[in-house]
Amino acid sequence: MALLEINNLGISFGGLRAVDAFNLKIEKGQLYGLIGPNGAGKTTAFNLLTGVYKPSQGRVLLDGEDITGKSVIEINRTGVARTFQNIRLFHELPVLDNVKVGLHNQMEYSTLAGILRLPKYRKVEKEMNQKAMELLKVFDLDGDAETLAGNLPYGKQRKLEIARALATNPKLLLLDEPAAGMNPNETKELMDTIRFIRDEFDMTILLIEHDMKLVGGICEELTVLSFGQILAQGETSAVLKDPKVITAYLGE
Amino acid sequence: MNMIKSMSKTTKNNAITYAMVIIAFAVVQTMVMTGNITSLMNGLLVPLCTYVILAISLNLTVGILGELSLGHAGFMCVGAFSSSIFSQLTVDVITTGWMRFSLAIILGAIMAGLFGFLVGIPVLRLKGDYLAIVTLAFGEIVKNVINAIYVGIDEAGVHFSLQDVTSLGLSETGLVLIKGPRGITGTPKDSTFVIGVILIIITLIVILNLMNSRTGRAIMSIRDNRIAAESVGINITKYKLLAFAISAALAGVAGALYAHNLSTLTALPKNFGYNMSIMILVFVVLGGIGNIRGSIIAAVVLTLIPELLRSLNDYRMLMYAIVLIVTMICTWSPKIKELRERYSLQNWIQKKKHAKEVV
Repeated sequence: MALLEINNLGISFGGLRAVDAFNLKIEKGQLYGLIGPNGAGKTTAFNLLTGVYKPSQGRVLLDGEDITGKSVIEINRTGVARTFQNIRLFHELPVLDNVKVGLHNQMEYSTLAGILRLPKYRKVEKEMNQKAMELLKVFDLDGDAETLAGNLPYGKQRKLEIARALATNPKLLLLDEPAAGMNPNETKELMDTIRFIRDEFDMTILLIEHDMKLVGGICEELTVLSFGQILAQGETSAVLKDPKVITAYLGE
Repeated sequence: MNMIKSMSKTTKNNAITYAMVIIAFAVVQTMVMTGNITSLMNGLLVPLCTYVILAISLNLTVGILGELSLGHAGFMCVGAFSSSIFSQLTVDVITTGWMRFSLAIILGAIMAGLFGFLVGIPVLRLKGDYLAIVTLAFGEIVKNVINAIYVGIDEAGVHFSLQDVTSLGLSETGLVLIKGPRGITGTPKDSTFVIGVILIIITLIVILNLMNSRTGRAIMSIRDNRIAAESVGINITKYKLLAFAISAALAGVAGALYAHNLSTLTALPKNFGYNMSIMILVFVVLGGIGNIRGSIIAAVVLTLIPELLRSLNDYRMLMYAIVLIVTMICTWSPKIKELRERYSLQNWIQKKKHAKEVV
């Protein structure tokens, strides 16, 4: 059974069919790419998957569980975590606390235990710190644990966002243009990191990207969207050679 | 290693805040005991504690949750009147002063917290200016309702009226609780400076511990980025309501303290109206939004200045405006920021250290 199965997903905004008849199957441990020209509906598809928008048709199954139309929080708890195209960190919180917010539903104690500093608070906080530092170490951010997230350089902010998403212990990780605004060196480093996450955490990753080098380099399969519809789907090398895809990207 | 350092940093910061309050208390208390304090100042001590608690608690809504509330005095009003009524009813039953007062404070906090929760359900769907306007209206409504209502109690139960005392129709043994615009009279004068400081410390413990806990982080993550907070599974509504209700409950504590310092408690625009809400907000903004220690200092300084300059009392609100504007400029102007950084104490110490290392 596929980890993520999307059947005939679609949404309309007024008369605009932003995403239509979207089908997708991702196996566990796969690195899957979603590409397409600007305005093709990629981020809309992400928003449908994560519950930001409610689909007007179709079904989404995660690990066999129907998550269609559930709320953002429920879908996150079921096991979908994401990053954002325009980075959304908790700017006024230290880097460590950003990850600890991600751990919010993984390690719990009550508000009262927090206010009264009960033993449970100390125990769980200690575990949280350890776990968060472990995650930061993966992204080479452990040295910046005390820095306010808003003061991090751009590349590190992108990494922190991924670390925070991983802290929610997801089954599926959605990356929305992780390489946006990165230089070739940073992109290369990011490619290694994404591969590493997949292997280390045994993660399934679906990513949106414009950088063809990154997509071609790490994605095993691709889906190409154009004007809300699937243009091509399949193995990366084959899809990238597809004349329809080349036309959509470069014009006639 | 880094973890320990970061933890001790916040702990250190909090310790400074507690120490500041305790030292200030010790100094003032010695002055009171040795009689080195004017009666004007002496009378100001309990209201000062009230304002400090109000400022700290409003900082939870404005600084930590990041929502602008202009109805804080309304919650204080709820706490003041509910605790005051409780004290009046139980003054013969519970003769131990501190016990009655503790219960009154707890009741005031619960009532105000309940109001905070109920008001929060519809209000927290709004954002920014709209939220501010609705909370402002709430504060005014509470004040005006209490100003218009007559409440009495006798064997038959509780009586309400909107006209006057006689229309309550109380029996001979009945007791009038709220006399409309004349408010509540005869609340036992339980508030003292010591109790005020204890309540400040309790408020500090609640807020500072909350900020450094899982719940506090969730609240701050909502402030920083609502969409991202939701995407990592933070229940926005729950934590917003929680923060709002705790903030309101602490305002209720301040209200109870305030009420038990007065023999006659009336809901005037001066003490529970819009001006009061704005004044608390000024404490928070001047002290630094999200900065608890700053709130305390601002509340103390801004309460003392107008009292010391009594002759200018008519211009008090004007002075607030001026101080507020000047502070805002000093906080945000890039030029002054630069100057501040260049001449900051921390920088100076670091430079000294650096110079030593070089030598």
